[in-house]
Amino acid sequence: MRNDAAQARSGAHPPVHGPHGDAELHHHHSHAPTSHHPGNHHLLSVEDLSVSFDMYDPEAPYFRAGRVERVQLHDLTLSVHAGEMLAVVGASGSGKTLLADAILGLFEPNACVRGRIWFDGEPVDASALERLRGHGISLVPQGVAHLDPLMRVGDQIVGACRGAVRTRRRARMRELLESYGLAADVERMYPHELSGGMARRVLLICALMDDPRLIVADEPTPGLDLELAVHALDDLRAFADGGGGVLLITHDLELALTVADRVAVFHDGTIVEETATASFDDPALLRHPFSRALWHALPENGFTIVNPAEYADASPVRSGDMEETV
Amino acid sequence: MSLVAHDITFAYPQASPLLRGFSLEVEPGERVALVALSGAGKTTLCRILAGVLMPQAGSVTVDGKGHRAYAGCALSVQLIAQHPELAFDPRMRMGRSLAEGAVGRSVEEALAQAESEGLVSAFGIRREWYARLPHELSGGELMRFCIARALLAHPRYLICDEMTAMLDALTQAEVWHAVLEIARERDMGLVVVSHAPALIDCIATRRVEL
Repeated sequence: MRNDAAQARSGAHPPVHGPHGDAELHHHHSHAPTSHHPGNHHLLSVEDLSVSFDMYDPEAPYFRAGRVERVQLHDLTLSVHAGEMLAVVGASGSGKTLLADAILGLFEPNACVRGRIWFDGEPVDASALERLRGHGISLVPQGVAHLDPLMRVGDQIVGACRGAVRTRRRARMRELLESYGLAADVERMYPHELSGGMARRVLLICALMDDPRLIVADEPTPGLDLELAVHALDDLRAFADGGGGVLLITHDLELALTVADRVAVFHDGTIVEETATASFDDPALLRHPFSRALWHALPENGFTIVNPAEYADASPVRSGDMEETV
Repeated sequence: MSLVAHDITFAYPQASPLLRGFSLEVEPGERVALVALSGAGKTTLCRILAGVLMPQAGSVTVDGKGHRAYAGCALSVQLIAQHPELAFDPRMRMGRSLAEGAVGRSVEEALAQAESEGLVSAFGIRREWYARLPHELSGGELMRFCIARALLAHPRYLICDEMTAMLDALTQAEVWHAVLEIARERDMGLVVVSHAPALIDCIATRRVEL
């Protein structure tokens, strides 16, 4: 069992950098108008993250199967700025959720995770990510299935605690319920009594209880059409506008282009290009052939399929050596 | 020769009628988009056309015959449901589920037929998925099986209810191009439900407001 997770190499430079133009490619990405770095660092920086699983060779016959290492994510780099929503867009089943797991410090026992992660300018390792989970970085999961069906909503939001802490957390919960337009009797309800929209707010309130700086939202709008999905993301948008960071993981490029400030295109286990949403107005602004293939596949842009050979061997868009961009 | 819904009225128990005197005719080779707000009964209509739900009044005929006339053989209308994770027996391996499309054939024969008809390659189904259970595949992968299974039954009409809503843009284009090509080859009629107006513009030959 190996679990050398997200080790911050002691010699590595933290991604501190000074002012630069918005369209300038730096740290492997370009900016949106709302992106900014207070204190000259990103809210979250992930560099060269790779996740692989140690497993028995599924191709070999039983009893003779040796151990193999299956790489799921490799050389993945992304940054989230304070005040912005970054959408990671990729195919379903392609491993986007592993990225969320890695940022939240949730590792399977047979996972081998390597890479460097900085949160708010500080290098973090596996145990620091575990401490940050819920207290700095919070997850908004897919849907109502993530709530305990046998426990009242209020008890789930407040969590296991007693005495003065419980009193304080209950007050915080009521404040949040009110600010998200939920009636006070919602705390006495069970999850099945909530409508889809109420359940999404309850999940968001759970995430907001401990004043996170960054919210990771993994496919938060399954099965909603675009208009409803955009509406469902209003609350996350407001959180970003208030100075927090949101990492939205989705398969829906149309939705991402409507709500997010920047888009990170996920393909084949890595992020091939991280760019401002506005770059999708014109394929000439997209630097990676896979992003352009995605653009052409949108129904409003021709609905054409690009031959996979055109992007199969293209390497991710990188800005060269990091330290030069400081 | 067409798929005809005549004067359909449908209400769920204890609710006011969702559809009242609705009629629709779909010719082979035609691609009809159903357009309506969410909750207006698009999915219900799809289920009625496919014979999954029975209307309280009105009738559906497929090339002149009612759904009952197809008892024991594959229905000429196949529905591709919105939630592929609910469309498979959770205890059955995917190969067997796919083979159900070819009624009256053994699993081996049915899978061989799916391959010789090019359905397996057209929808990017990998052979190693045959041995998996539904929960071991992603939603997009399950949707490929749904479409291949429906087309294996050689329907004259295919009903696509939000078929690609859960797929990424590139896979969506791939899947639709494959379906449209097969529809042209076999002169199939399509009924399409989608929330994306741009997608409907690309696909439909006619729109019907619900």
